Formats: sequence, structure tokens, C-alpha cells
Amino acid sequence: MHNKPLSKIADDLVTKRVSSVELTQYYLDRVAQHQHLNAFITVDPEFSLAQAREADRRIQQGDVATLTGVPIAHKDIFCTKGMLTTCGSRILSNFVSPYDATVIDRLNQNGAVILGKTNMDEFAMGSSNETSYYGAVKNPWDHATVPGGSSGGSAAAVAARIAPAATGTDTGGSIRQPAAFCGITGFKPSYGQVSRYGMIAFASSLDQGGPITRSAADAALLLNVIAGFDARDSTSVQQPTPDFAAGLDGDIQGLRIGLPAQFFGEGLDNSVERVVRAALGEYEKLGATLIDIDLPNSALCVPCYYVLAPSEASSNLARYDGVRYGHRASDYGDLIDMYMKTRAEGFGGEVRRRIMIGTYALSAGYYDAYYLKAQQLRRLIAQDFEQAFEKCDVIMGPTTPTTAFAIGAKSDDPIAMYLNDIYTISVNLAGLPGISIPAGWDDAGKPVGLQIIGQYFDDAHVLNVAHRLQTATDWHQRAPVGAE
Amino acid sequence: MNWEPVIGLEVHVQLLTRSKIFSGASTAFGADANTQACAVDIALPGVLPVMNEQAARMAVKFGLAVDAKINRRSVFARKNYFYPDLPKGYQISQYELPIVGEGHLTIDTDDGEKTIGITRAHLEEDAGKSLHEDFHGTTGIDLNRAGTPLIEIVSEPDMRSAQEAVAYLKKLHTLVRYLEICDGNMQEGSFRCDANVSVRPLGQRKLGTRAELKNINSFRFIERAIEYEIERQIDILEDGGTVVQETRLYDPDKGETRPMRTKEEAHDYRYFPDPDLPPLELDEPFIEEVRRTLPELPDAKQQRFVAEYALSHEDATQLTASRDLADYFEAAAGATKGDAKNVANWIVGELSAYLNKENKEINESPVNAKQLALLIDRIHDNTISGKIAKEVFEAMWNGEGNADEIIADKGLKQITDSDAIEAIIDEVLARSAAQIEQYKSGQTKVFGYFVGQVMKATQGKANPQQVNEILKRKLDV
Repeated sequence: MHNKPLSKIADDLVTKRVSSVELTQYYLDRVAQHQHLNAFITVDPEFSLAQAREADRRIQQGDVATLTGVPIAHKDIFCTKGMLTTCGSRILSNFVSPYDATVIDRLNQNGAVILGKTNMDEFAMGSSNETSYYGAVKNPWDHATVPGGSSGGSAAAVAARIAPAATGTDTGGSIRQPAAFCGITGFKPSYGQVSRYGMIAFASSLDQGGPITRSAADAALLLNVIAGFDARDSTSVQQPTPDFAAGLDGDIQGLRIGLPAQFFGEGLDNSVERVVRAALGEYEKLGATLIDIDLPNSALCVPCYYVLAPSEASSNLARYDGVRYGHRASDYGDLIDMYMKTRAEGFGGEVRRRIMIGTYALSAGYYDAYYLKAQQLRRLIAQDFEQAFEKCDVIMGPTTPTTAFAIGAKSDDPIAMYLNDIYTISVNLAGLPGISIPAGWDDAGKPVGLQIIGQYFDDAHVLNVAHRLQTATDWHQRAPVGAE
Repeated sequence: MNWEPVIGLEVHVQLLTRSKIFSGASTAFGADANTQACAVDIALPGVLPVMNEQAARMAVKFGLAVDAKINRRSVFARKNYFYPDLPKGYQISQYELPIVGEGHLTIDTDDGEKTIGITRAHLEEDAGKSLHEDFHGTTGIDLNRAGTPLIEIVSEPDMRSAQEAVAYLKKLHTLVRYLEICDGNMQEGSFRCDANVSVRPLGQRKLGTRAELKNINSFRFIERAIEYEIERQIDILEDGGTVVQETRLYDPDKGETRPMRTKEEAHDYRYFPDPDLPPLELDEPFIEEVRRTLPELPDAKQQRFVAEYALSHEDATQLTASRDLADYFEAAAGATKGDAKNVANWIVGELSAYLNKENKEINESPVNAKQLALLIDRIHDNTISGKIAKEVFEAMWNGEGNADEIIADKGLKQITDSDAIEAIIDEVLARSAAQIEQYKSGQTKVFGYFVGQVMKATQGKANPQQVNEILKRKLDV
């Protein structure tokens, strides 16, 4: 059951081989059996089963949409009406959202079932899921290692087959990096493809929601439901949404794959490189050609990102002030004291660090040197991609420089942690679609991710290219021990 | 030493949109606390702003009316600071690129017309309100106002006296109501003003250190606050002191300004472009469409009234102070056969007095323009005299009917029958031998006595002109 593709699960529901209630209960049981992974922050069986019963009623009436009755896990960054929505933070540890995010709303309309809310780095700030107020998540492939982050709970849940599919968000790699670490598929759509309404903001100009699934085909199905223009998000792009599943099987004969020299240089783990090169060989077998390209400003991505993202975050997180909702310090003197204690108690160390960095970068006298400079860099980085795409159709490389590292190994070294996202950050800065798909295993048996980057709003093509590899190989079908 | 005050104003104008600038919640004033604040207004996690097109339209309308540069591209920026009535921890405003650039406004001063430069006008959202009373040592927050659209209109430091500042403010107040972009209600805070005031030795180019006066919500207070502040600064400078750059609050009860706590001053607002809102791009068709909605502006209307109706500059100015008043005048002037000048006199005189007494706006007047026109017609066609007309007007104001009904009911119709008047005059003369004697001996002042007697006998209804004529004819034989 839990290894079936989404399309097959949906088919089983429509043909009534299984009811949504049975299916939902099956996954709720799996969630309970895998509690040690700490993949979920909130599971509400009554809520999920009520949705499942409603889905079954719809199926009875023949009122069926793509994912009617299918349980989906959601990163706890998406607001879910009547359900706790914490963003992995103490400051929202008591926040029950009175409204649904657009992504949730569309899935609800479609008849999908909310399986639960998954663990994540606090406010999506982290690459290991260790900054969560709700504790670290274990990588199903090796419980001593991290699942990556910030969508670590969603990635672990899909990898362990305790959720058929999940949502995530990606600001600098937060879908793709955990997908790589957990041996699954994670797709960050073009900026503006998926509505950010109700998706708690970290860095507004970079955040993008997307699917975390076992395959590109599953990602296309989920994206079909959640993507599209939303009048409530002014940065959502007003153009017709394609059927992402329709072109999956398109021929990639003659596809020009650009390999940026900067993605294969210093810092890249040898065995990761070997696995990625082997996967690229598979593409050659499928008729693609490999072309060396240059992204000259790649080295500047991390500093650029760590000015812009914290700047936006410092402002986005100002609303968590203890006044209207969320945690408020119990003991305080005047107003300023209430703010300081509330925020000191409510935010963890990494969030506080980024608020400090961002506040500094936006301050009078520093703005030009940091924020404005970073904005200029951002344009140069986007131009690098535009120039590269004159020579190639897609860009590929490793998703991460290493495979999953041990829990605690980097949690005291923010710079080492930030360098995890060295290959993924530039994609957010340029607003492009990027996917990480399983490419095999390193010498220690840990999954390796291959990243495919497409042109702006060429999301369907990226899924098509990813899917073609998944029809030729079975890396994406391997489950970790205990989840088979 | 002679000192020259230098004044610039920042005026916050609440726009008359139905919904808020970045959300769909209502902007109506006076609802129960926090009933007009939606998820966006209270800044729940995950919510996003969506620009209200109507607000942009109104800002452009203002820009066109002050002959300003309309920026085809303007950018929303976040102004970051913590305050309990600022739900997001930042205010969405415009900083480097406002929607309206340089423009100007002409005011009347004692020395004639003067042009005041407008630096810019930008769109922004209002904050909520902190309520310090009735909460027993804690503070209540009402977010109904949060997200109400504003334009902040920044003037050049072109004003040289409190009177000029008030003239500019009144002109602006008239203009925004003409444009129907603001209700101008200062009590409810729809039209608010901060003043930057400095003084310098007359003839010096360099500006003195300024103080910013906040919290002034009437024309009277702004004049007093500025005057107080000018005096205060001159006193300091003449005593050899220096003016501190600071924000000061005006206390209308004490009639003085005093510094706000210094903590509030050290703000670094960390402005940066709001990543949730794309730049506001305006194209020519949009701007032209707004231009077509521009009404005749106060200055143009005033000049037209002088030319078209032969009104005095003062009457024309007074009648164009509000669009409703000007419309009322034109409606009445168009409906009467009488003289437009008379219409103006009636509106500026009698009608305004009644309105002021009952604190009513022109559109609340129980006597409408058509009814006033009928009354003036009746003066014009000699049915009643101007004096009787005032009695008729009072009855009209009290809802006793239209002019004709009241004249008929009260029997106020003027006596214009020469024979009848002559008969009454004869009667009066017959019993006034002594007064006739006086008159004949050259004491012509006594003429008024005869008029008075005739009017008394007719209860004021005899046509005064005819009374004069006949009396003269009889007495001057």
C-alpha cells in the first residue's frame, strides 16, 4: 500500500478498492508506529478521519477530484483552520489558525485529507531540523543523522512511507536539501507558481511552497492541485497553470544539460560527486548531452542570501510580539520588557541570530553596504542563469555537497550549516524551479540527491526531465530499512 | 533682531475607500472595537497585503489636482518599529519612490497670492489605536483603523507664519473634499497635521533647527501651536540658547507644546522595499481615466463665479469653500429669475447664519436650493419685500412650507395696489399734522416716521418703493 504512487492510490479510492477512512487510518497507524522519528508536530486523528469520511461521501457521489481521499502531510508552516500551526516555534506553540492557507484550501476543495502537521526548523531557518522547538527529526535512513531542513519532518515522513506525500517550503533549499538527505523527490516551483497566502513568511521574496514526494510524477499530481494564481498573493503570477502531469513522458532526446563548474568544485564530497556523475551518465543514455557551463557569481550566493533572507525575516517576524496571539512572557514590567521577554523566550537561538543579522543589515548607515549590495548581487546571480540557459535547457548538479550528517555535528557552527545550501540558494535568488531527485547512495549507504534546475516557469519541463530518469532507474523506489 | 519663522506641514489624509488599503475589511468609522479588522489587519501569521486600486486612484487624483508629477512607478516600503497598535511591527508606506512627486498649491495671504510647494504625497496604511482610559492600568488596542488608506502630503518649508500655515491647511482641506477623496473630519482624525517649525534671523538663508509638532487636530489649535512654538524658539535664541531638534506635542488645554519622551526619537525605521508587494506601475490610460474624473477645482470655480455671476472675490471664495456649498449656490442661481448676487447674499448671510447656529452642513439645510430660489423670485417679482422675506425664510427653515404657501398662509403678500397704498398714506398724513409741519420746515429726517407708520398700518406688507414714491409726491407738493 505505502509504496504505491499517488496516482495508484487515487485510483484505488475512486474504484473503491479502499476507502479514504481505511487509507487514512492505515497512515495514522504508520505515523504512530514511527513516532521515534519525531516527524510530526501535530496529528489529530479525529480531524483527519472526519475529512476522510467526507471524502468517502464525495467518492460515493462521484464527486471526485485528483486527490480526493488521499492523506497528505503538511509542513507546520501552512496555516490550517482549527488546527495548531506552530512554524516549529515556541512563540506560536499555542496558535490555532482561524484560516486555511491557499495551499491547504485548494487541497481541501480537492477532497484531500490532512494527515498532520510536520516538524520543521523554527520559522524554516535551518538545514537540519535541529532548530525546531519540538526537537530534532531523525533521518529514516540512519537515525543518528539529520533529515535535512527546514522541511525535515515532511521529508522524513515521505521517506519512511508514513505519508503518501507532503508539502514543504523552500527559501534557500528547504525542500530540495531534505529530499536529497532522505532519498526522495522534492520540488521547488518557480517563484510565484504556488500561493504564499497562509504560508508563514520567512523571507518573502524567496519563499516558495512545493511538493515533497516519492517521485516526480507524484510531485506533478500534487502541484496540479496547489499551483496557480491567487488574488490574495500579489507575488503570485497571473498566468494559466499547465497540467504538470501531462508532459511527464515527453522525450528528452537531445536535451542539453548544463553542468556548472562551480557545482563540482571544492567542498563537494567525492562519493557524492561519483554518484551524481553516474546519474548524469544515465541521462546521456537517454539521449541528453552534457555541457560545461559557468555560473561565475555562485560563490557570492551564500553571503547574498544571508543578508537578504535575514533582512526580510527581521521584519516578517516583528509581528510575533505577544500582543495579539502566540506566546507572551508571563512576567514582565513595562511594554518594552514584555516585548523583550516574550521574544527572548519565544524564539530559539538561530531565529534570534537571523533577526539580529537582518536588523543590522537594514540599519541606517549599513543598508547600502549590505542590503542594497546584496540586491545588486542577486541581479547578477539571476543574470548568470539567464546567460547559462542560452547554452543549455536545464542545469544539473549535486543538491548538497555532502550526504546527511550526524545530529549535533553542525548545530554549533552556523557557517558550516549555511554551506549545506551552497548549490540550492542561487535557485531561490533567481526565482527558478528546481528539483532534487534520488541519484543513488554514497559509500556509507546514505542517499544522494541530483538537482535539476529549469528556466523561469519551465516547471513542467523540469518535472518531465526528472520523471524520465525515474522511468529509467529505480533509485526513487528504494525505501529505508523499516519502511519497506 | 528680526526673526523669520519657517514652517512646513505634513498632512495625513484618510482616503474615502470602502475597504482598507491592503485588505477587504470595511473602513467605516465608529464600529465596535476590533470588529472591522480581518486576518490581514491583525497580522495573523501568513497573511499578505493586496493593494486597493481605489486608493491609488485617489492618490493620483490628488496629484493631478495639485499639478504634481505622477510617478509611473512607485514602491511600497516597510517602516519598521514596534508598537502595540501596529500589528505587523511595520507600517507599509512609500519611501524612496512615492506615487505623487512635486506639485504646488496657491494660498491667499495678506500680501496677495502665494505658491506653496508640495514635495511629495505617498500612500500608506494607518495604524490602530491604543486606548489608555477604562483599562485599569493596562492598554486596550482597537485595530479597526489599522490598514485605513492614507496619503501623507509633505509640503516644502514655504510658509512664514501660522496664518499662512492655516491658509495652506484650509486650502488642502477644501481640495481633498472637492476631490471626494477624504471627508475632512478632523475630530475623527480623517485629516491630521504635523508641523515642522523653525526660526532664523531675517535674511539668513540657512534654516534654523526645527521642532516637529504632533497631535494637532483643529485649525485653531494648529495656529496656536505654531504661534506658541515660534515664540518659544525666539525666546530661546534671544537668550543665547539653542533649539533642540525634537518632536513636541501640543497640549490644547494648556495651549503649549512640550517634548515627547526622548525614547521615541531614537527610531531607525529600517525602511526597505516590501517584498510582498510588487512596485505600483501606472500607465497613461489609468492616469487619463483618473484625470477625467477631476471635478472643477476650487480656484477655477472661484474665478468662474467672479466672472460668470459678477460676485465679489470674497463671496466667491466663501461660496467655493466646499463643493456642496458651491453646488447649492449654482442650483439656486440657476433656478431663480432674481439676481445671482442676491442669491450669494442670501447664502453667505441668512442661510449661513442659520447653518452655523444649528451646526449644520449645507447638505443638511432644511431649505434646499430650489426653495431658496423661489423665495428670491418672490422678492424679485415684488410679491414680498426683502424684510418680509426674512420672516418667510425663518418659517421655511422651520418646515412650515414653501415660500408661496407661507406668504399665502400668513397673508404676507406685498401691497402693490397704488390706490390702496395711497389710501393708507392719506390716513397716516391726516393724523400727522405736526410731523408734516416739521417736514415742510426742512426736517426731512421725519420722512422715516411716515414710512414707519405706513408699514405699521400694513404690517410691513406695503411695497417700500411705492410707499416712498407716493409719500414724496404728496409731501413735496
